[in-house]
Amino acid sequence: MARSVVSEIKRDHIHKLIAKGKRVDGRVWDEYRQISIETNYIETAEGSARVKMGNTDVLVGVKMGIGAPFADTPDRGVLSTNAELIPMGSPSFEAGPPDENSIELARVVDRGIRESGMIDLEKLCIEKGKECWINFIDIYVLDYDGNLFDAAFLGAVAALKTCKVPAMENGKGEDFMMPIRKTPISCTAVQIENVILFDPTLDEEKVASARLTVTSDENGDLRAMQKGLRGAFTMDQVKSIIETSQRLGNELRKLVG
Amino acid sequence: MSGNTGVKLIDDNGIRIDGRKVDELRPIKIEAGVLKSADGSAYVEIGKNKVLAAVYGPRECHPRHMQNPAKAIVQCKYNMIAFSVGDRKRPGPDRRSVEISKIISEALEYVVFTESFPRTSVDVYIEVLQANAGTRCAGLTAASVALADAGIPMKDLVPAIAVGKVNDQVVLDLNKEEDNYGQADVPIAMIPRTGEILLLQMDGHLTVPEFNKAMEYAVPALEQIYQMQKDALRRRYATTETAEESVDEQSAPEPSQEA
Amino acid sequence: MNREGAGGNREIVIPGDLLDASGLKAGSGAYAEDGKVFAAQLGIKSVKSNFVNVIPLGGRYIPATGDSVIGKVIDIGPSNWLIDINSPYPAPLHVNEVPWRVEFGDTSKYLNVGDTLLAKVLMVDETKRVQVTMKEQGLRKLSGGQVIDISYCKVPRVIGKGGSMIQLIKSHTNCRIFIGQNGRIWLDGEIESMVTAIHAIRMIEEGAQESRLTEKVKEYLESVTKSN
Repeated sequence: MARSVVSEIKRDHIHKLIAKGKRVDGRVWDEYRQISIETNYIETAEGSARVKMGNTDVLVGVKMGIGAPFADTPDRGVLSTNAELIPMGSPSFEAGPPDENSIELARVVDRGIRESGMIDLEKLCIEKGKECWINFIDIYVLDYDGNLFDAAFLGAVAALKTCKVPAMENGKGEDFMMPIRKTPISCTAVQIENVILFDPTLDEEKVASARLTVTSDENGDLRAMQKGLRGAFTMDQVKSIIETSQRLGNELRKLVG
Repeated sequence: MSGNTGVKLIDDNGIRIDGRKVDELRPIKIEAGVLKSADGSAYVEIGKNKVLAAVYGPRECHPRHMQNPAKAIVQCKYNMIAFSVGDRKRPGPDRRSVEISKIISEALEYVVFTESFPRTSVDVYIEVLQANAGTRCAGLTAASVALADAGIPMKDLVPAIAVGKVNDQVVLDLNKEEDNYGQADVPIAMIPRTGEILLLQMDGHLTVPEFNKAMEYAVPALEQIYQMQKDALRRRYATTETAEESVDEQSAPEPSQEA
Repeated sequence: MNREGAGGNREIVIPGDLLDASGLKAGSGAYAEDGKVFAAQLGIKSVKSNFVNVIPLGGRYIPATGDSVIGKVIDIGPSNWLIDINSPYPAPLHVNEVPWRVEFGDTSKYLNVGDTLLAKVLMVDETKRVQVTMKEQGLRKLSGGQVIDISYCKVPRVIGKGGSMIQLIKSHTNCRIFIGQNGRIWLDGEIESMVTAIHAIRMIEEGAQESRLTEKVKEYLESVTKSN
């Protein structure tokens, strides 16, 4: 509880800096923190990636199994995404089943992957109506310093792109790489005193009034969006964030190849 | 533990399937201070095991009713992440995690000087990122480094390792196959200097002489792991200046000064 | 003096390390067993008079009576406020311990959640219940500027012998700086000057340089003021 109260001084200081076009860590408004991505991090997963974005540290893994497809999509594989805000990641994370924040994070990541058609799910069908590959994407937040949406999404994309379908050990022929069609990227911005900042740190998120995550593909088309926090955006701000997201997204896309 | 002696896990030269001798440890790596948000943290690899431990505390005790007016309580939560094992594990504590959390909490509570912090909780979180048998031992090993890293006053570090029996032979540090097809598994944690045993479990079938032999393998291995734990902590602060600079830490400085 | 034990004076010790077997007594951060003294905390061994102490390298601030601290108001009641002083124990501040006359229920008129203040630890009882006060000369609510947290163990280093280090920083940056024993530091000045001061403080906190820390901090401060 003590850590979640932001002091007036901290809030005022961030506002003062923003009025001068600065941020506490010296970045400019559309600059991302230092990002590192390590794929094939966990052997027991079919695909995995550990992403560090500044001090935010997220581990994503993909496990695949065989199961029945959904009745309404008998010829496609299944995608299931889960996120855990584990207590080690932050003093404000409590142990227990996923809360609304974990669930929102998982669903937004899932939406971006699903709606972009990133994975060619038809290639993950084994026998129409009977068997298909089930993909479990599990996201773990190891260290929280803001912008979980982008770190988790980048991790999921990197893990999926390096994922090997374990056909051999399941008696379904030769192993093959996850069939990827597109590389979506998410970019998140917050609004503080009418100024837009990308890749917010935890302190920036705490004093922000609104947050917007935009997920787009390499064509610049929008695949998912999510507005968060209890403030409001103007239409101009939304359009401006979308435009910047596409530009920044193209840069981030280079990190996952 | 299937005790299935049909599977040959040690060859005629006494070499195990991963090339080790019966009393040899898997390669170990220990790092302290690997996370920023937590008060203390550590990362341990033993063979293919990858385990992360984090400590928060001492801090206000939640739930309130667990508070102890005379001392701190040590609450440890051990968890295996979904993709740490071959078949995906559904997130959430299962009965095995609950049991392991309990015995690790008990081991750590013995070494932490809990009377220094009444009414607080020292929260320890162990996440197994990748499992290959011996995760509770790797977890406890990491947790005790994380506690020291967090500056928690404690008696000593606590190394842990598992010993067992495979193909009728006592072996040190079982890997996954040995754990699955072996005949006994004995995880043990001990403070090398005092010989105090803080965690001990056994499952399978061992004669008393076999158990004694297992302990003969375990003790020097624990000493080795203990030195690696110390080393990890020293390396973390290796660049901190120690001598020099005539600052008198013991004197009471003027805390708030205005220009 | 017999310095038997782990390392000499001022070396890093780890819980369980033997510090002394010659009859010295266990000071803070150390414990005695079978006539020997062992380290209880990760820190630096320090021998003073008859005691072997360990100066911790990390850990949470434990309040002591008389400490000056910088706190943050995290809760309000009708006759007190709850102050976070960056320690395992939140500290209540009672209406009787502030310089204003506060009517019952009027507490939020004087201090609100999120306010930062300079206070003193009034008392700590055996169960570590802490109380703070603002009734002394100089204690007050702080506004403007910036607050940073450092490890409380590094506060003496940031202050320096006789205040020399903090004076160095203040004179080069023209910032007002208050340092709480609890590792919280408040500064106020020009934005660029505060950035410089904070950088200098972090240099000291990390203590990455093996030697000549004061000189290195001085060099840094001089290089910045020169280029301004």
